[in-house]
Formats: sequence, C-alpha cells, structure tokens
Amino acid sequence: MIQYYFDWSVITRNAGALGEALLLGLGLALVSLAIGTVIGLAAAYARLSCRPWLSWPVWAYVEFIRCMPLLLLIFFVYFGLPEFNISWFDKTQSFILTLSLYAGAYMSEVFRAGLGSMPKQYVEAAKAIGLRPWQRQRYVVLPVMFRITLPAISNNLISLFKDTSLAAAIAVPELTFVARRINADTFRVMEVWLSVSALYLITAYTIATLLRLVERRYASIR
Amino acid sequence: MLDFSMTPGAFGFEAWQSRWSILSGVGVTVASSGLTIVIATVLGILFGIALSYGWWWLRLAIRLYVDVMRGIPVLVLILFTYYGLALFGINVPAFWAGVIALSGFATAHIAETLRGAVQSVPQGQMEAGKAIGLRFAQRLRYVILPQAVRRMLPPWVNTCLEIVKGTTLLSVIGVVELLLASQQIMARNYLIVDFYLLATLLYLIINFAIAQIGGVLERRFSYLRY
Repeated sequence: MIQYYFDWSVITRNAGALGEALLLGLGLALVSLAIGTVIGLAAAYARLSCRPWLSWPVWAYVEFIRCMPLLLLIFFVYFGLPEFNISWFDKTQSFILTLSLYAGAYMSEVFRAGLGSMPKQYVEAAKAIGLRPWQRQRYVVLPVMFRITLPAISNNLISLFKDTSLAAAIAVPELTFVARRINADTFRVMEVWLSVSALYLITAYTIATLLRLVERRYASIR
Repeated sequence: MLDFSMTPGAFGFEAWQSRWSILSGVGVTVASSGLTIVIATVLGILFGIALSYGWWWLRLAIRLYVDVMRGIPVLVLILFTYYGLALFGINVPAFWAGVIALSGFATAHIAETLRGAVQSVPQGQMEAGKAIGLRFAQRLRYVILPQAVRRMLPPWVNTCLEIVKGTTLLSVIGVVELLLASQQIMARNYLIVDFYLLATLLYLIINFAIAQIGGVLERRFSYLRY
C-alpha cells in the first residue's frame, strides 16, 4: 500500500462551491418531485380509468420510462429534442424536464398502488353523505391516499436526490460535477470523494428522518 | 429521421456500417451486468444471511455497509472506485472498476431484500426445523431459504433491471458499453435521435428478456411441489 497524506484544505477551500452544488441538487430533486407528483397523479387516474385510449398510452409511458436507463433519457432529451427544433431550454431545465418525466412514471406507480389500497367503504361513505365526485376525491380519497403513500414518496425523493448526480453528465453544476472538477484540478481523490459521499449520505438520511417526522405528524391514528 | 435506405448518411446505412460497434457495446453491457448480477447475488445472499443470523458485531458492520451504500449515488460510487482504487496501487481497467462499484451497490440491495425475505418466514419454521434435529446449515438450506427465495424473487428481478440500467453509468468512466458506443457513432454521423432510439430499443429488449426470465423463475419457485 502506498503512502497517502490527507489534505483536507482542498475541501475547506471549496466548501462554498460544494454547498451551493448540494443545494442545487436538492432543488432539482424537489422541483422534479413536485412536477412528477402532478404527472404521477394524472397518470395514476388515467391508468385506472376504464377508457382504453386513456389508460394504454399511460401504461406505455410508465413502462417505457421504467425500462429505460435514466442517463439515456437525460441524453435523449438534452441532445435529441433540439433535433426537432425544440431548444428553448438550457441544461438545467432539460434535466428538470427529464427527471420530472422519470419521477412521474415512478410516482404514478406509487399512486396507483395507493388508490388501489383505498378501503372501498371510504368512497361509499362519501357517496352516502352526498359528496359530488370532485369533492369525494378532494376531501376523502386524496388525503387518505397521501397518508398511505407518504413512505413511498419519501423513498422516491431520496432516490431522486441521488439521481441528480447524473446531471453531471450534461454539465449541470451539482455536487458530483463539482466533485469531479475539484478531483481533476487537485488530484485529492480520497478527500473529494469521501466528503462528497458523506454529504450525499448525510443529506439522504436527513431527508429520511424529516419525512419520518412528517409521516408521524400526519398519521391517521395518533 | 429513421430513413432505412442504404444510402450513405441514411440511418439504415449508418447502422449497418456501425453494426460491430453496437454489438460490442451490447456485449459489454450484457457482460458487465451479468458479472455484476452474479457477484452481487452471491455476496448479497451471504451478507443477507449474516445480516439475519450473524453475531451482533457482524450484523452491525453489514448494516453500516448496507446503509452507506444505499445513501450514496451509484455514479459517485463508480467515480470513487475508479479514481480511488488507483490510489492504492490497484490499477484495474475501467470495466472492472465499474463492475466492482456496481456489485458493491447491488450487494447492499440484495442483502437487504434477503433479510426482509428471511424475516418474513414465520418463526415457527425455524423452530420446527430445530425440533426435528436439523443443524443450522440444514435449516437454512431446506427450510428457510426455499421459502425466502419465493418472496425475494420479484425485488431481485427489479435489482437486476436496476443493474442493467446502472451499467449506462460506466460510460462516464469511459467503458464503451451500449450508450457510449451509440454516442461515439452519433459523433460520427450526427444521427442523434435515430441512434438514441436504437439504443433505447436494445435496452428495452435486454430488460424485457430479464423480466421474462424473472417471470419464469417466479413461476418455477411459486408453489410447493411435493
């Protein structure tokens, strides 16, 4: 084994850049989760609808996204869309678009399972007290479903946060990209990757802990 | 787009010209994911058993390993392995660095799946095995694992699909697998959409095949045969 002297000043000197990059990654994950939730909700309702022209395309979308490597999807959107003269977005927006589509497919599966596991009596009770279909969804189905699916949503948020590392491939300056830059500039391999791994790890577990608190706060039975 | 004629510059011609690069890309993707699946399954089963039945310090160590692996993005793991191994004088080619990183990641997932599957086997099964005088290895082999395998197969197939998708990340450290092979071809002929579509199709085929094999295995293990 060779001698290796740790020089953590590389990290302290770049702490600002790393922090900014971490926040960017978090932001990308949160925005994509928000858009993905909307897409996923619409897709879940479309999947469960009895009209085949509505449920089949959505099925194809979900299966397609879930079978495709995210990196390929990122490149496809970033390099492929301009071929169709759609080029109003920059790399960050392109990444958000991709990650939202990706999140939408996964969220739709979560919501589909959530809607499927709704006790039938709730809907029947809502009908019995005379709520209209829209009100039934708004006041009965959705609140219950969000509680059921909250653990799965928080899992998705964590994996989306980890997936933001792929934005490095199209030069979005998030944590992995900045880490690679520092690595290339200074060759302090261990310091850079150990601290970046630690940052990802700590952030992921902080998100997990926070969302567990939210789950407890919104648990139906207290 | 998708002009299948055989004139230079058309997709049909260019795809035929680059058939060997594409095929070798598919080969590298299949080889790296196959190797990763085998390594991760073997290690994951060992780790999973240790996680369920090991001494407390072993359980603690593996729990730490699993949680760390699950909290770090695969891309960071791959880059870390690639640059980090060289630092210790282990100069492996990018392909092996990638396989090691992916295996480390997938091992954690499979270990966790196996632990869940083993724990979902009712306690009484273990006790019944003890009662008829089976040794620990025999109890695992004949009582616990056959039941755990059934519960573990669906998430295991999912992990295999994740691994195939994860091999695209090896392109970042310069392994010429399917994605990088396609990109190299695109850099030659600018048929960006066409070759991304081709790569997509090939990934869909690989993943579909794995899902089918998983389905066959699930049926094979699905019920008790006497």
